[in-house]
Amino acid sequence: MSTSSSAVQEFEQQQRTSAVLVPTQPLYWSIVREIWEFRSMYIAPALAAAVFLIGFTITVVHLPGSLREAMAGDPMKLHEVIQQPYNFAGLLLMGVTFLFSFYYCLEALHGERRDRSILFWKSLPVSDLTVVIAKAAVPILILPLITVLVAVVLECFMALSAGAAVSASGLGVANYWPHVGLVHLWLMLLFHMVAIHGFWFAPFYGWMLMVSAWARRAPFLWATVPFLAVGILEKLMFNTTHFVALLNSRFFGAPENSGWPPDHLHAFTLVSVAKFVVNPGLWIGLALTAAFLYAAARLRRARGPV
Amino acid sequence: MALIEARGLRKVFKNTVALDGIDLHVQEGRIVGLIGPNGAGKTTALNAILGLTTYEGQLSVMGFDPWEHREQLMRDVCFIADVAILPRWLKVSQAIEYVAGVHPRFDRAKAEAFLGKTTIKRESKIRELSKGMVAQLHLALVMAIDARLLVLDEPTLGLDILYRKQFYDSLLNDYFDRSRTIIVTTHQVEEVEHVLTDLMFIDRGRIVLSTTMEDYESRYAEVQVSPDQLGAARALHPIHERQSLGRSILLFDSVDRQGLAALGEVRTPSIADLFVAVVGSNHQAIAGGAR
Repeated sequence: MSTSSSAVQEFEQQQRTSAVLVPTQPLYWSIVREIWEFRSMYIAPALAAAVFLIGFTITVVHLPGSLREAMAGDPMKLHEVIQQPYNFAGLLLMGVTFLFSFYYCLEALHGERRDRSILFWKSLPVSDLTVVIAKAAVPILILPLITVLVAVVLECFMALSAGAAVSASGLGVANYWPHVGLVHLWLMLLFHMVAIHGFWFAPFYGWMLMVSAWARRAPFLWATVPFLAVGILEKLMFNTTHFVALLNSRFFGAPENSGWPPDHLHAFTLVSVAKFVVNPGLWIGLALTAAFLYAAARLRRARGPV
Repeated sequence: MALIEARGLRKVFKNTVALDGIDLHVQEGRIVGLIGPNGAGKTTALNAILGLTTYEGQLSVMGFDPWEHREQLMRDVCFIADVAILPRWLKVSQAIEYVAGVHPRFDRAKAEAFLGKTTIKRESKIRELSKGMVAQLHLALVMAIDARLLVLDEPTLGLDILYRKQFYDSLLNDYFDRSRTIIVTTHQVEEVEHVLTDLMFIDRGRIVLSTTMEDYESRYAEVQVSPDQLGAARALHPIHERQSLGRSILLFDSVDRQGLAALGEVRTPSIADLFVAVVGSNHQAIAGGAR
């Protein structure tokens, strides 16, 4: 090779390396692409909210009647009559996103191998850990926030339509709106969603993500059958049910609420937040989650299309 | 320093040896064709280079161990596997946005310009595009990345002739310059024949031939020999002999062209013919031995 052509090459080389690198946000865009792919994560709760709102608007004609009845009696009863539909609305949305998070976690690292698109994602400078963290952020942060946002919109419409019915009946909205306590409801829902559905349940999400990165097929079975098997084996071999009790306490015994279903959420106070944060179960769970996610990232690195 | 340096690269799956200790040495600015029969280890070799699989032996791509540093490596390496790896649910506009968001060397304007020459709509989902359009889109994304190494694994599989031709034309005219390196595997050898600077045959996990195209042209010769000359021609130890329209065509390795000219018309064999001679005869020997 002549010296002049190698000089040209060197020049081209320098140009290339000195070219301005565009700043990137791999984690942010990885989360965005999850939202692009799984549009049902906001469509499903929005649809559920729409259906609920229609139902609520139809039944709202009876509201002035039951209000008058309740106003004559116990003030606690009045509170209940007014708040119940809002609690139901919150529960419904919680249920929808909770189901979705199961589906999502089992699909997240399996679907990209099934449709071979993992080869495309891996051809870009995004680490496996970034991808896994983005996917874990969906059930832990994004879904709780979507739930709360949809609930806020839904409950605003509910309060408006109920307010219209109440004032049309001549009762006056002053007898209705102050009892709804929307802001307090939303804060409770936000806390419950982020604390319980997000962080407290995080080890379940981590486990399912790991299985979806590992399993060649049927991630649902691989994610659930081991739990059943361990529970049954324990019962057969030692005639005890510690494992089932452990799962049960994790799943249903979240520290923030005493029972399940959480139809009467504890009042949202700083004390309940503090209690939750110092609960060792939370931190053990988060440590477990980190381990599962790390394993999922290692597995994804070695896995190709299935 | 070579861009890709491999020594004794080996990969064993459960009960098959995919790569049987291969040595690779790819310099910057080359276009290397990696040709081999199905199951020869081409994709495994590329996967090792791309950090998609573990391996034994030594491998360095631009100074990186690909398995440990895929993320860093992919800032300088682009990769197109066969057409079906773009996620079907992704919109064209989202694909551009995503790559722009994660790739430090992506030039959005370039990608847009390239797409502007096609009929692909920004709002289409990938599932709505034809195979050829998906290939165009992927190429547009890749060509807008200022990478040093481009790896193409059967990039035109399943495309019609027009798209295939256009694919390589775009690659050569709009993308390739002497600071970039391309490795391509394909079964459509005739399409890359005039593009390559280097050629490698891989068979059953081993590199069975590795040459630059300049050496190729001086080294290999094909002669159409009439029956009366056949004896003299065979005495020069052709590496392969085949029949075509009642005439014998003999393929020679490193035999003086002047001497061959006396036997008949001398040509440089096509890569496909050399492939059959080098790899095909190997396989025939095995089939014969088995019988």
